[in-house]
Amino acid sequence: MTPAMPTPEAPGATTYTMNLGPQHPAAHGVLRLILELDGEVVQRADPHIGLLHRGTEKLIEHKTYLQALPYFDRLDYVAPMNQEHAFALATEKLLGITPPPRAQVIRVAFAELGRIVNHLLNITTFALDVGAITPALWGFEERERGMVFYERASGARLHANYFRPGGVAMDIDDALADDMAAWASGPLKKCIDDLTELLAENRIFKQRTVDIGVVSRADAQAWGFSGPMLRASGVAWDLRKAQPYDGYDTYDFDIPVGKTGDCYARFLVRMEEMRQSAWIMLQALGQLTPGPVMTENRKVAPPPRAEMKRSMEATIHHFKLFTEGYHVPEGQTYTAVEAPKGEFGVWLVADGTNRPWRCRIRAPGFAHLQALDFMSRGHMLADTVAIIGSLDIVFGEIDR
Amino acid sequence: MPRFLQNLFLVEIVRGFALTLHYMLFVPRATINYPYEKGPLSPRFRGEHALRRYPNGEERCIACKLCEAVCPAQAITIEAAPRPDGSRRTTRYDIDMTKCIYCGLCEEACPVDAIVEGPNFEYGTETRTELFYTKDKLLENGDKWEAQIAMNLAQKAPYS
Repeated sequence: MTPAMPTPEAPGATTYTMNLGPQHPAAHGVLRLILELDGEVVQRADPHIGLLHRGTEKLIEHKTYLQALPYFDRLDYVAPMNQEHAFALATEKLLGITPPPRAQVIRVAFAELGRIVNHLLNITTFALDVGAITPALWGFEERERGMVFYERASGARLHANYFRPGGVAMDIDDALADDMAAWASGPLKKCIDDLTELLAENRIFKQRTVDIGVVSRADAQAWGFSGPMLRASGVAWDLRKAQPYDGYDTYDFDIPVGKTGDCYARFLVRMEEMRQSAWIMLQALGQLTPGPVMTENRKVAPPPRAEMKRSMEATIHHFKLFTEGYHVPEGQTYTAVEAPKGEFGVWLVADGTNRPWRCRIRAPGFAHLQALDFMSRGHMLADTVAIIGSLDIVFGEIDR
Repeated sequence: MPRFLQNLFLVEIVRGFALTLHYMLFVPRATINYPYEKGPLSPRFRGEHALRRYPNGEERCIACKLCEAVCPAQAITIEAAPRPDGSRRTTRYDIDMTKCIYCGLCEEACPVDAIVEGPNFEYGTETRTELFYTKDKLLENGDKWEAQIAMNLAQKAPYS
């Protein structure tokens, strides 16, 4: 804390500056926040970002399309497959291919699983920030089960590298689909119900969240909000409904919309989204039909391993794809998915070579974080922490 | 019950405590005693790398360098030369485990199932240099984990 109250250097000062983070448990990562405080009231909140900058966009320009994919896991590392989804869809659009139906269904199931594990983490750590410890313990138990499903499908609990342009990396077995369905209709539902019971009506939680960080409908749109942040302010906008991809238009689900635009509304929207996601996941797993999970186009997707070892032509394709990769025809696309945190978009410019010419990543957290200043102005210092918690920021995607 | 009565009698607080008490008394513990108990691990798990051998002891790797080419992090370095018996083998196969991002593309690229990401995840070291794996270390890993790796590969085969 720097000098409080009037000093010889600044005799008239009534505010003082305080540094929050970057190593603060409530900062949700490496957020450095310069707070100008008047007593305990926030006058200005200035987020300093870039501490986790890894130059992903530039790195991708030097990778083939296949190699670029793992970098997307490392953006929003709380729900990695949703990021891969955007890149896979963008590449598919430029290549002019569509993944087989089974791959689309698997993708939807895992994208919704990603939304559930993301919200489980966000809601419970948000509750932790405002003083409730128990939800974090329960939520992480279910999140852990979700991560086990990730691992059974892709081989990694977080950095999945699973959604590929043209489909998914590997088929899932029936046991996994059954276990996921049993989880979504049993333990997960119970966990969400219990979290609601603990938090939704709890007076301490409500005192810390209701009317804190209110964002009006107009502000939310003007500041480029998306996802639950936008919907909590009363805008019914969801890319899964507005611009359906991977067959989202064939699923039956509702978009929860908040009314008040405060931290509590965002909490409620996320809770309901988890229920809807579980429902979409169940629908997806119910309509799994046998079939390929990767496009049959051998110029894009490597042949199955067994074929690669038998057929000369398949071996040649295999070698070409893993060294040179595939050439994507010249063109550009902005493709966005409804990631758990909001609209996650990839602007991909291809110049006909095997590498993207430019890959601009639109991270929802970035737009949300820039609103922190006006959201926390006039609130107490402790409310800033609640607002950060409800923003659902992850620095992997903000700093990129 | 009217709102003011609910507020007066701390209804939601009492219900919350009842729920947590129920968890405390009747719900089994979710935690495990880690070094002695371990969580589930699927056959697809991507852990520490290993170089495999054929059952007759001959190393599988033929130095085609596909893994080196596909590695997004450029963590693999290979040098190759013909052996006295005329077969082409690696003279150097290094993986910088500090660079590796465990994406599994090396395993996918390998045409002879030589480099694999095995089931081992407990290989923390005290120094950084110990994580610069050489060919000897990788082959040793392969010998150590071969039974498990072969079983995992067999289970993955129908899906890959």
